[in-house]
Amino acid sequence: MNNETPLLSVRDLKTYFMMDEGVVKAVDGVTFDVYAGQIFGIVGESGCGKSVTMKAVLRIVEPPGKIVSGQILLKRKTANGEEQVIDLAQLNANSKAMRDIRGAEIALIPQEPMAAFSPVHTVGDQIVEAILLHQNVSRREARTIALQMFKDVGIPMPEQRLDEYSWQLSGGLRQRAIIAMALSCNPRLLIADEPTTAVDVTTQAQVLRLLRRLQEQRHAAIIFITHDLGVIAQMASYVMVMYLGLVMEQGPVDEIFHAPKHPYTQALLRSIPTITMTPRVNLPTISGSIPHPFNKPRGCPFHPRCEKFIAGKCDTRIPALQPIGEKQWVSCFLYHDGEVAA
Amino acid sequence: MSQMENEQQMKNGDAENLGAVLASKAEERVSVASNWKLVWWRFRKNKLALLSALVLIAFYIVVLVPDFFATQDPEATDAKLAFIPTQGINLLDGSNFSPWAPAVVGKRNPVTLRMEWKIDETKKIPIRFFTAGFEYKFLGLFETNLHLLGPADPKSEDRLYLFGTDRLGRDQWSRMMYGTRTSMTVGLVSVLLSVILGVLLGGISGYFGGWLDLIIQRLIELLQSLPTIPIWLAMTAALPQDWRPDQVFFAITIILAFIGWTTLGREVRGRFLSLREEDFVLAADLAGCSRFRIITRHMVPAFMSHIIATSTLAIPVMIVSETSLSFLGLGIRPPAISWGVLLQEAQNIQTIAQAPWLLVPGVFVIIAVLAFNLVGDGLRDAADPYGH
Amino acid sequence: MGQLFLVPRWGGGRVTNHQTSQPSNYSTIKLLEVKNLKKYFPIRKGFFRKTVGNVRAVDDVSFFINEGETLGLVGESGCGKTTASRCILRAHAPTAGELLFRTKEGSLVDLAKLTRAQLRPLRSQMQMIFQDPYGSLNPRMTLFDIVGEPMYVNGVKDRKERVERVAELLRLVGLRPEYMQRYPHAFSGGQRQRIGIARALSVNPRLVVADEPVSALDVSVQAQILNLMLDLQKRLNLTYLFVAHNLSVVRHICDRVAVMYVGKLVEMANTLELYAAPKHPYTAALMSAVPVADPRIKTGNVELKGEVPSPANPPSGCYFHPRCEFAVEVCRKDAPVFREITPNHFVACHRADELRLPGIA
Repeated sequence: MNNETPLLSVRDLKTYFMMDEGVVKAVDGVTFDVYAGQIFGIVGESGCGKSVTMKAVLRIVEPPGKIVSGQILLKRKTANGEEQVIDLAQLNANSKAMRDIRGAEIALIPQEPMAAFSPVHTVGDQIVEAILLHQNVSRREARTIALQMFKDVGIPMPEQRLDEYSWQLSGGLRQRAIIAMALSCNPRLLIADEPTTAVDVTTQAQVLRLLRRLQEQRHAAIIFITHDLGVIAQMASYVMVMYLGLVMEQGPVDEIFHAPKHPYTQALLRSIPTITMTPRVNLPTISGSIPHPFNKPRGCPFHPRCEKFIAGKCDTRIPALQPIGEKQWVSCFLYHDGEVAA
Repeated sequence: MSQMENEQQMKNGDAENLGAVLASKAEERVSVASNWKLVWWRFRKNKLALLSALVLIAFYIVVLVPDFFATQDPEATDAKLAFIPTQGINLLDGSNFSPWAPAVVGKRNPVTLRMEWKIDETKKIPIRFFTAGFEYKFLGLFETNLHLLGPADPKSEDRLYLFGTDRLGRDQWSRMMYGTRTSMTVGLVSVLLSVILGVLLGGISGYFGGWLDLIIQRLIELLQSLPTIPIWLAMTAALPQDWRPDQVFFAITIILAFIGWTTLGREVRGRFLSLREEDFVLAADLAGCSRFRIITRHMVPAFMSHIIATSTLAIPVMIVSETSLSFLGLGIRPPAISWGVLLQEAQNIQTIAQAPWLLVPGVFVIIAVLAFNLVGDGLRDAADPYGH
Repeated sequence: MGQLFLVPRWGGGRVTNHQTSQPSNYSTIKLLEVKNLKKYFPIRKGFFRKTVGNVRAVDDVSFFINEGETLGLVGESGCGKTTASRCILRAHAPTAGELLFRTKEGSLVDLAKLTRAQLRPLRSQMQMIFQDPYGSLNPRMTLFDIVGEPMYVNGVKDRKERVERVAELLRLVGLRPEYMQRYPHAFSGGQRQRIGIARALSVNPRLVVADEPVSALDVSVQAQILNLMLDLQKRLNLTYLFVAHNLSVVRHICDRVAVMYVGKLVEMANTLELYAAPKHPYTAALMSAVPVADPRIKTGNVELKGEVPSPANPPSGCYFHPRCEFAVEVCRKDAPVFREITPNHFVACHRADELRLPGIA
């Protein structure tokens, strides 16, 4: 980790869902830092809490979900150019301050571009609206910005496309339009929540290239959430691996893929077929399946499926996320004895 | 949740050999729970719907044996006993449990020549449960004179007027019991008929498609575009005047069902259309199942719970329709008794001012309709237990 | 099949690592030969629902599957791979073409010509594994009913016999026979997929069409299902038609791969040959688009311009020419023929002989 202050610093974030059937601890103590100009990948399977973490950062967790504790520190520039750090977890989710931050400081690229646009307004109008909401410009200027955005994200015939409705655009174009909208207010942090899950491989490649290019040009930070290890390897510079609401491991992408420390990361990487391995051999598997969030195992959530499970330790205590080596952090009793205070 | 704790303990206790851990009883119970069980588990969480279901059960018990709940012969008229107000029951006599009702004493007003009734708290009519009263056939099986309530001494002149009497001196409580039978039955039977029509025609429409679908859809649109009240008026007006009350009763049910099946038919068709695309239906097809088997084993069970929920919501509509028709004098006619017929007595403002208890059937209509709606809503929410 | 625990038993196993390669023992007997298969969906408009055009979902496709092998059918969404596979199972009636299937008895039948009633006795020989482990199991039936139904309708009426068979099948796919009385809601996605596989195998099929069998599963569960499919193939001599979009998975499990684009086959070859030296520019672009799970190998360098055309209104000549960087005049005019350029390597490209395209690995 480097010495400058992070753009976003999440500290021990806990987001629980109070259901009739009990409490689902969707995010149960997550800590990470995102620096300017970084592509920060969050990878995990269903129920790991990657999406809820991001919703918490944006303060768009729907009831019965609730941020129970923790800090979400965002570094922002005030009107007079000073740097200021605010805790988003303390703000009211619907307050003016939070609304100013959403969209202008932190923008979201959602998974389903179809749902993100209203079908009854043109794409252009919606982007212009978004710009007018956050920037002090005239309608005409806003349209010019929107047009420039469309050109930047490589939409052919941008003038014409601005006046079309979302359902007239193809999947790839829609995804580009959503990226244009997210970028329209120059956010310093972009959150991409599985942005390519709904599109095909070739379109995915286009979108990923585009995101990489824009990130380099604008020096913005991107938090990239996905379940696809391939996408994360190609996109992220720093990776956080989550499982059942906890961070298993985090570190630079090369370390995570070539020197994974946590047994979960190791097993996950071994279990996916790669294009370099011998075909038609049995893949090493992780036994069992992901428990239902209601049935979260005690202790380390991965211990029932872990091959290096230490009886009497992993099943009673939750390991803390602690640094190991220079850059990597891991929460596993194989490497240290730190545990989360009960 | 103790269930979950149990499971968790099982898992923690024997993490080494998860696969061999016998599922705890709770987990086993959920695992082998059929669709209907899951629906019931979800339904019973909705306390309001559960309470409403109890109310409806009470109503239908009355439907089965109205005579048993009646205190007097509903047809017995006595002009001298007109417009007696409600008595009200006191459960305690002193500190002992011994229900009694105050006697009603009448005095003719010498100016208006009208009977004026007063409640005389000093004269107590003791009430007993399971007393003898008028003769009737219990469930149509055997003669009896047993009634739920009655004055302690059936031979005395004492009478119970729980809801007062109407202008002919008929006991409103007893008439209510009989009216409940008619109105609740009309609702149930006409919905049953429309379910049969709706599932049959909607199913044909949805499964086979093509020109059959086209014809049935146009028919539904036609029926739905017609204003209901004039249609009812026309159809009931067409009923021969000399029909017996039970014939009229059946005719009314059929008329209500004839208009009522369309919504259900649409819904069934929609379900069929979407189910046809389901993978498990395709799987059954690829396994070599016959069309009949696919429909009866895979498709119909998939929407049965929805149909029941929708039908439950349709019953109150039927009840209100019957009540309005009868209230207008177009549905069930006296001497038959239904809630609508009873409400006919409360048609003019003067009567209501003088004898507000004649509006009690209206309260029953409201309670029944509310209960059906609450149960229907509860069923609808519980109908798809696989939602999450 | 008594006491076979072919796969790690549910929950009991640990990470296992068998590095024995399992080339499938396929012969060169064609189990299925698809000739000029076409499936058009009419576009209807107006009050009288007049046909104004056709969506050519599958447009003149020919390929074959040898007994005991796994053929991968890949392509992007809307390319017609799912429609083609459903035509083969006769879930759709093909518009034209032949589906020559070698039956258990050794005779050749054209599935495309059979009626519903004539198909029923053949159903047990070809089964399907579905993508969605939730939608493909009837939530109102127990495992016994789900897995036992195909047997029942194919003549096993004795309940005791079915109970035994279902128990055996559940063990075969790595589930405990005691689960027979449970309903699908008690199981996770991976377990449900195992149930679906047990149902498909219950009638001893020879051809199994697997439509994206792992794409709806969590990454850590996918490997379990892929291993199971490989093991079952070896043990029961199954033939797979594996429809998928994940090229890493396809490379891992398939002997041969066929690539579809806008309703047509563009290339078909042995897996390793296709991945190492694709002959069609679309195949090459598809390969390059796969994000490899290794940060040291950078992929996605060849960017495919533009969008997939609509099968209702495809371009002239070669359907790929508007997006192809190698397109020349003839590509715009004439549709290329799907031809065998080297033994067992088929491609539909005018310039296949001259192009040297990069593959992966």
